Amino acid sequence: MTSKDSFPQGSILEINGKCIVLKGDDIDTDRIIPARFLKCVNFNELGEHLFQDDRQELKGEHPFDLKENRESSILIVNDNFGCGSSREHAPQALMRWGIRAIVGQSFAEIFYGNCLALGIPCATASIDIINDLQNHIQSNQSSSWTLKIQKETLSSAGTLYQINIEPGSLEMLITGRWDATSQLISKSEKIRQKLESLPYLTEFHKEIK
Amino acid sequence: MSSGTLYDKVWDLHRVAELPGGATQLLVGLHLIHEVTSPQAFAALEDKGLRVLCPQRTLATVDHIVPTVNQERPFADSLAEEMLSTLEKNCKKHDITLYSLGSGNQGIVHVIAPELGLTQPGMTIACGDSHTSTHGAFGAIAFGIGTSQVRDVLASQSLAIKKLKVRRIWIEGHLNSGVYAKDLILHVIRILGVKGGVGYAYEFAGPAIEDLSMEERMTICNMAIEGGARCGYINPDEITFEYLKRCPKAPSGKAWDRAVSWWESLASDPDCSFDDDIHIDASEIAPTITWGITPGQAIAIHECMPSLESLEQNELPIAKEAFLYMDLKPGTAIKGLPIDVCFIGSCTNGRLSDLHAAAQIAKGRQVAKGIKAFVVPGSEKVAKEAVQQGLDKIFIEAGFEWRQPGCSMCLAMNPDKLEGRQISASSSNRNFKGRQGSASGRTLLMSPAMVAAAAITGKVTDVRELFINTHRGQQIQTP
Ligand code: SF4
Repeated sequence: MTSKDSFPQGSILEINGKCIVLKGDDIDTDRIIPARFLKCVNFNELGEHLFQDDRQELKGEHPFDLKENRESSILIVNDNFGCGSSREHAPQALMRWGIRAIVGQSFAEIFYGNCLALGIPCATASIDIINDLQNHIQSNQSSSWTLKIQKETLSSAGTLYQINIEPGSLEMLITGRWDATSQLISKSEKIRQKLESLPYLTEFHKEIK
Repeated sequence: MSSGTLYDKVWDLHRVAELPGGATQLLVGLHLIHEVTSPQAFAALEDKGLRVLCPQRTLATVDHIVPTVNQERPFADSLAEEMLSTLEKNCKKHDITLYSLGSGNQGIVHVIAPELGLTQPGMTIACGDSHTSTHGAFGAIAFGIGTSQVRDVLASQSLAIKKLKVRRIWIEGHLNSGVYAKDLILHVIRILGVKGGVGYAYEFAGPAIEDLSMEERMTICNMAIEGGARCGYINPDEITFEYLKRCPKAPSGKAWDRAVSWWESLASDPDCSFDDDIHIDASEIAPTITWGITPGQAIAIHECMPSLESLEQNELPIAKEAFLYMDLKPGTAIKGLPIDVCFIGSCTNGRLSDLHAAAQIAKGRQVAKGIKAFVVPGSEKVAKEAVQQGLDKIFIEAGFEWRQPGCSMCLAMNPDKLEGRQISASSSNRNFKGRQGSASGRTLLMSPAMVAAAAITGKVTDVRELFINTHRGQQIQTP
């Protein structure tokens, strides 16, 4: 079981826990975390407001409110999950609620990158596999699952699904190099050379101020 | 794989290194920041004991949370006040230029960088906001990024990113009278879908694109992201250079000529190759409007909303959800639908030419009874020029409220919000559930002229019908 308060660190090889199913295509970031909760200078409280409006609408029947889904750490979604704004608040809210991996048909690009930068893998699978997986989970809600990064599998007692993790992301997760900052700053000499080579920063440069 | 396109050339010029995992480290020529997505990035930077590498290539403004009725400090909303004061503190500490309220240069981040001339062809631009694609109108490669990438750019003036494929969207012909850039891009997204652009940069080209002013081009590239394309761009040409020439931060004197020849060299080569190429005929486009909860759920004004039978299997669930949420009936007309609120503004359509187009419709008419209509200029500069040209008076006399600049009801992080199930005609870019501040509020996206027409009649209206009455069917000129 992954603890809600310990966030991903270092190399990520597998994620264990219950799965939570959230059906629907094109679930956008405004639904994941409505804009009014973006008014904050840190991310600490976001988990509480995850899917707030959808949850209110469903009055306790939303997957993220159901008792059996509490403590889940692997989210199973459909197509184009996380479309919309670039707000990192969306993956942050999911992470702070307890989600440590997402499996779906496809993901919006910025959302995918934001997740990876937090150490949350987004794995994909075909529509048939996702449908089957979602049905399976919904009829065995208490089962515990393991998502293996290197093997690209999601498995539970007696059941195994092949999932796909984009090779670059896979490598970054297992080597622990999904935190880009340290890699980027290590290239300081090359960055300096680039800054000096671009004409709009040299030849015809004007100060912003 | 694409080659010889502007995207390829700019990418190569900014490539710092290849990273493990297949991403490229790309230099960022201009970093734009604002109050919503930067505070956590600065905090993370300080946690790691890092400093801002190029404060001189970083520009900050405040736009998302600012009130548009009373901008006096401290703001009535203490959270909004805290966000702005955090930005002020961070900019001061790291020596970053902040164009704040009253500076004369404040406004929506995607409006101010172009109008200052900071957005230029051949640059890479990043900002913690998905509509950064706007800057592609100048032939820049501009990406919206998340907060951890904002931290990366602050720390290293570069970012880890994978190269996109390039799809050219060639727009044949010319736009008809009463049809605007907004209609064009809504039409494109309608055809290609909201995820059609995932994995692609969109190059917009062709006679109909070449016709467009810079402000119209910004509307097009602004919404590339709504079609799933993280970045959209248009090759720089005479119209680009003419626009930049008047901008304070564009090169001047001898440097100008050098800049122009560099910019010209970056345009996609005649024999370049694209990963995909799509042709669309501009003359077939009518005023276009969304009826659902994604920007792809759009129809021409004279069309009926789709019947459930006419939809593809994979479109059905979201369409059903949309009809339910919007409380609309499949297969019925959208024209004539009563609306409650009219919003003209945002980084999509809050520029001077947008206000002109709306003012032409509002002039000498009255907002229908019971309709709340308001105009939010995209920047202090837009506001100033609009006032100089008397646009504010036209709007006020017609019964619109004239507000102070900001993002406003585009995402309603300030006091401008829909209430309950109100339905809005909006010139912004997203019609997602709850986007405009009420969890059950409804949004119809359309051009600013169409919003003005809706305000006047109180219902969804074909703006061209208002032309015929007063302008004898003549094309209304925008500057
Ligand atoms: S106007 Fe809307 S889309 Fe544009 S930056 Fe502001 S909130 Fe984002």
